[in-house]
Amino acid sequence: MSEKRNKCKWNESKYVHTAAGILKVYLSEAVLLLPALLVCIPVLILLTGSVMGRGELAGYLRPVLGEAEGYISWKLMPDYPTFENYKRLLLETPQFFVLFWNSIGMVAAILFGHLAIGVPAAWAFAAYEFPFRKWLLTVYVVLMLLPFQVTMLSSYLVLNGMGLMNTQKAVVLPAVFSTFPVFVCYGGFRQIPKEMLDSARIDGAGEALIFIRFALPLGKGGILSALVLGFLEYWNLMEQPLAFLEDKALWPLSLYLPEISWQQAGYAFAASVITLIPAVFVFLAGQDHLEKGIVYAGLKG
Amino acid sequence: MGKKTAWIFFLCPSFTGVLIFVICPFADVVRRSFLTAMTGQFVGIENYRMIFQNTAFRTAVRNTVLFTFFCIPLMVALGLAIALALSEIRHIRFVKSLYLFPMAMPTAAIAIVWKMLFYEQGFFNKYLLQAAGGGNTQRAPADYLGTGAAFFLLAATYIWKNLGYTIVLWLAGIMGINEEMLEAAKVDGAGRVQRLIYILLPGLRGSMYTIVVLSFLNSFKIYREAYLVAGAYPHESIYMLQHLFNNWFVNLDLDKMAAAAVVCGAVFAAGIWLLQKGWGSDE
Repeated sequence: MSEKRNKCKWNESKYVHTAAGILKVYLSEAVLLLPALLVCIPVLILLTGSVMGRGELAGYLRPVLGEAEGYISWKLMPDYPTFENYKRLLLETPQFFVLFWNSIGMVAAILFGHLAIGVPAAWAFAAYEFPFRKWLLTVYVVLMLLPFQVTMLSSYLVLNGMGLMNTQKAVVLPAVFSTFPVFVCYGGFRQIPKEMLDSARIDGAGEALIFIRFALPLGKGGILSALVLGFLEYWNLMEQPLAFLEDKALWPLSLYLPEISWQQAGYAFAASVITLIPAVFVFLAGQDHLEKGIVYAGLKG
Repeated sequence: MGKKTAWIFFLCPSFTGVLIFVICPFADVVRRSFLTAMTGQFVGIENYRMIFQNTAFRTAVRNTVLFTFFCIPLMVALGLAIALALSEIRHIRFVKSLYLFPMAMPTAAIAIVWKMLFYEQGFFNKYLLQAAGGGNTQRAPADYLGTGAAFFLLAATYIWKNLGYTIVLWLAGIMGINEEMLEAAKVDGAGRVQRLIYILLPGLRGSMYTIVVLSFLNSFKIYREAYLVAGAYPHESIYMLQHLFNNWFVNLDLDKMAAAAVVCGAVFAAGIWLLQKGWGSDE
């Protein structure tokens, strides 16, 4: 989104050109930035913690471990910065690698499923009139809004019946049929003018061709939005693997971190930073799509 | 494949999956809610009676309702205030990404930092005591996660994590307001506050519906943080429906779970329907 479109003229200041006006603008920017900066403190703690040596970290955290009086302390710049934690995590902890690739694999499978199944469904809702369309759309909305816990038992029954419990399919399959991406893509597809499709039909284009030539390129924004939102959601997957995966070798990374004890805090920090990196990357690369996706998910049928 | 039938091909895979993985098994859950878990005998509404008499269920419902009614109005109002302020400043994109950033924070990473901040000997107590002058050491520092304060901590986490989401939705609504109407009001001498009350807020009714519904959806995901920070049996003040369902699942109390799933599902569906009727009808 461009800077221009983000501004709304509901309250255009008429005094921006006076000294007091400029001061006011700076002031309100400063006030808005203050809570936003709070957001960054946790990241800072994680980053510094991950490059602290074992001894130094243990010294700061001793009170939390119950070994000393007083309070926790911290330094934003470690006395002896070291990449020991990363080295040990990446080179000497095979378990970490297994879970990292588990996460990548499951997220990739889910997002691929959204592309193959959710996107065409969204196109059906956006481009065609059919009986019970409104009614079905409402069903999809309600399913999108139902929390996992409400559908947990029904998911369990069907997964158990198919013999999928304790396999990664138990996490992937229900997620593939989530109706959330359908709704986000639907928001993008709705922006495509129907007249354009009709004139393509007059020129002899078939429905499949229209989907490939018009829907996919023109609805790209909505599809990418669904993927960005989906990545952030499934990278943090917790409820489903916790309920459906017993074997810890199948777990995603998001369940690994809580398994690390305070004694190995350095590991935990390094692992957090590594978990954070793909999420931040997707966030930065896809922020515009993220915002669009949030808006599309909010459109009504 | 003509225009009349093409929708079937596009919709079929998705709808079949939804039927197999959600709708049919949920119908089975409805059936099971009238049976005993072990023997499969028909017991009528016995399971429903049981959950409503269950203290854990009542606590969980109360906490979930309290959490929802505490957080969502706060979040909606705060989001609107910030979005209105944001719509006036420069560098809007940068500030907005700062607010959105917590969405990208992995839950587990949040849990670690939260423990450092709010444990009995964590930063929060440390600086609180320093701020109190340091001399007042008699007052025992609290372990925030083990007291009623856990509720507010969780609420703050929820708002911290989802505020950016809400702001983006509000901003989209604000941008959609008819500019000519605002201009006209300005020409007619309507002040800032008047424009806000008579044009902006009525114009944002539709956005409000969306924001409330999506905030509710996201409020259920706070279980992740709650579980990672405080485990399966946290302090009573944050024992929510999500914990209860999970514990029932672990203990295989499937009949109670079935009845509770039906009750919650019905309440959510009714709530969404009512909100849509009452609020979203203008579109």
